[in-house]
Amino acid sequence: MTRRRVVVTGLGAISPVGNTVAEAWDAITNGRSGIGEITRFDTSSFPVKIAGEVRNFDVGAYLSPKEARRMDKFIHYGLAAGVQAFRDSGLEVNEANAHRIGVNIGSGIGGLPMIEDTHDDFLAGGARKISPFFIPGTIINMISGNLSIMLGLKGPNIAVVTACTTGLHAIGMSARMIEYGDADVMVCGGSESSVTPLAVGGFASAKALSTRNDDPATASRPWDKGRDGFVLGEGAGVLVLEEYEHAVKRGARIYAELSGFGMSGDAYHMTAPDTDGPRRSMVAAMQSAGINPDQVHYLNAHGTSTPLGDKNETEAIKLAFGVDVAKSLVVNSTKSMTGHLLGGAGGLESVFTVLAVHHQVSPPTINIFEQDPECDLDYCANVARPMKIDFAMKNNFGFGGTNGTLVFKKF
Amino acid sequence: MENIEQRVKKIVAEQLGVNEAEIKNESSFVDDLGADSLDTVELVMALEEEFECEIPDEEAEKITSVQQAIDYVTAHLKK
Repeated sequence: MTRRRVVVTGLGAISPVGNTVAEAWDAITNGRSGIGEITRFDTSSFPVKIAGEVRNFDVGAYLSPKEARRMDKFIHYGLAAGVQAFRDSGLEVNEANAHRIGVNIGSGIGGLPMIEDTHDDFLAGGARKISPFFIPGTIINMISGNLSIMLGLKGPNIAVVTACTTGLHAIGMSARMIEYGDADVMVCGGSESSVTPLAVGGFASAKALSTRNDDPATASRPWDKGRDGFVLGEGAGVLVLEEYEHAVKRGARIYAELSGFGMSGDAYHMTAPDTDGPRRSMVAAMQSAGINPDQVHYLNAHGTSTPLGDKNETEAIKLAFGVDVAKSLVVNSTKSMTGHLLGGAGGLESVFTVLAVHHQVSPPTINIFEQDPECDLDYCANVARPMKIDFAMKNNFGFGGTNGTLVFKKF
Repeated sequence: MENIEQRVKKIVAEQLGVNEAEIKNESSFVDDLGADSLDTVELVMALEEEFECEIPDEEAEKITSVQQAIDYVTAHLKK
């Protein structure tokens, strides 16, 4: 059996740098930061006071007030990006195709804001103050559940949960479902909204976050010598993946082909990074795509701006590609502008990677003032670069030592 | 100050996402206003909140129309 080919025919994004794909891409290619002071809660007792919050998002454009009230923000963002991507694809659902179109949009943490608020209600008023919509409003598979109901999509209806690799794994697994014949179209990606006291407090307690509170726009600085942790972001990124012949037959616009997917586990440490796991993930993705390292020209890195993680990924890239090829790669971290969307990262960054291939340009990594000598690759510092990109790679790594890599081919 | 009937109808409109003009006293939450079982639980919670009362489950089950809600609140409202 020959493997069915998978292409990208729709994109959607809600992010700290814009609530449409066009707006976010314009910000990313022009190096604009979406990081600012946290407005969602009082940070006076917190060591971290900055995040990449989604601003000016009008949930009313996607949901009625009644529906919106019953779903937490990560569902709002995921649905909005999903609806955008589906509209962008030009697909129409009918009785004949509904069961061949599925949804797979995950989240790393899920409905933490509503969990925290409902716990407050419980402490104040007892069990009878817990809303009947608390559970369906907070559990992670409810982006997929609600989107399938909204759009009438009757194919696979699932959600992947793998911390910061969630969105990427959701896309890779969805491609597998299309390749294997479970579906012809998958609406897939990741979403997150956890700018809350417990999430910020938890990551801060683990010393994972930047404390550059006095200069939010430069706090996320992957591969810079002064980097001091990641900046929490929020939002969602969703792709419409489609079987190649299906897309061609209906004359769809094809942004790129998803030609490779690799996964691996570190079997090493809960939170600390490892070089061998990411290396194997990248190698597996290239094998899956059937390409050699020198065919990859652009890599959208995990690049979180943590002291250990950025150095580790640099080492892993060198091991996967060989030092010479690694040095000819253009590596970029869009997290320098968006912050780290956790479960949403792989979704949003896959949107950017697809656009990089489509438009043949690498976005910049902003805030590289003094590049760390231990991170010695070409990170496309500070200015976007038009370039030839035959194949683009996308990495994400998550707590638990879970790694994923996608390869997108120019179409 | 709005009267009880107006306040109940306003809450029903908000909770069930229906236009206030469509809500009649005899309207049934499930049959006329499209509520499901979770909607009615939440509606009772909103009535409790608005009128600062506690509606026991066995009483709540009997409140299936706008008029029944008005009657319950009128009878039990704290003076």
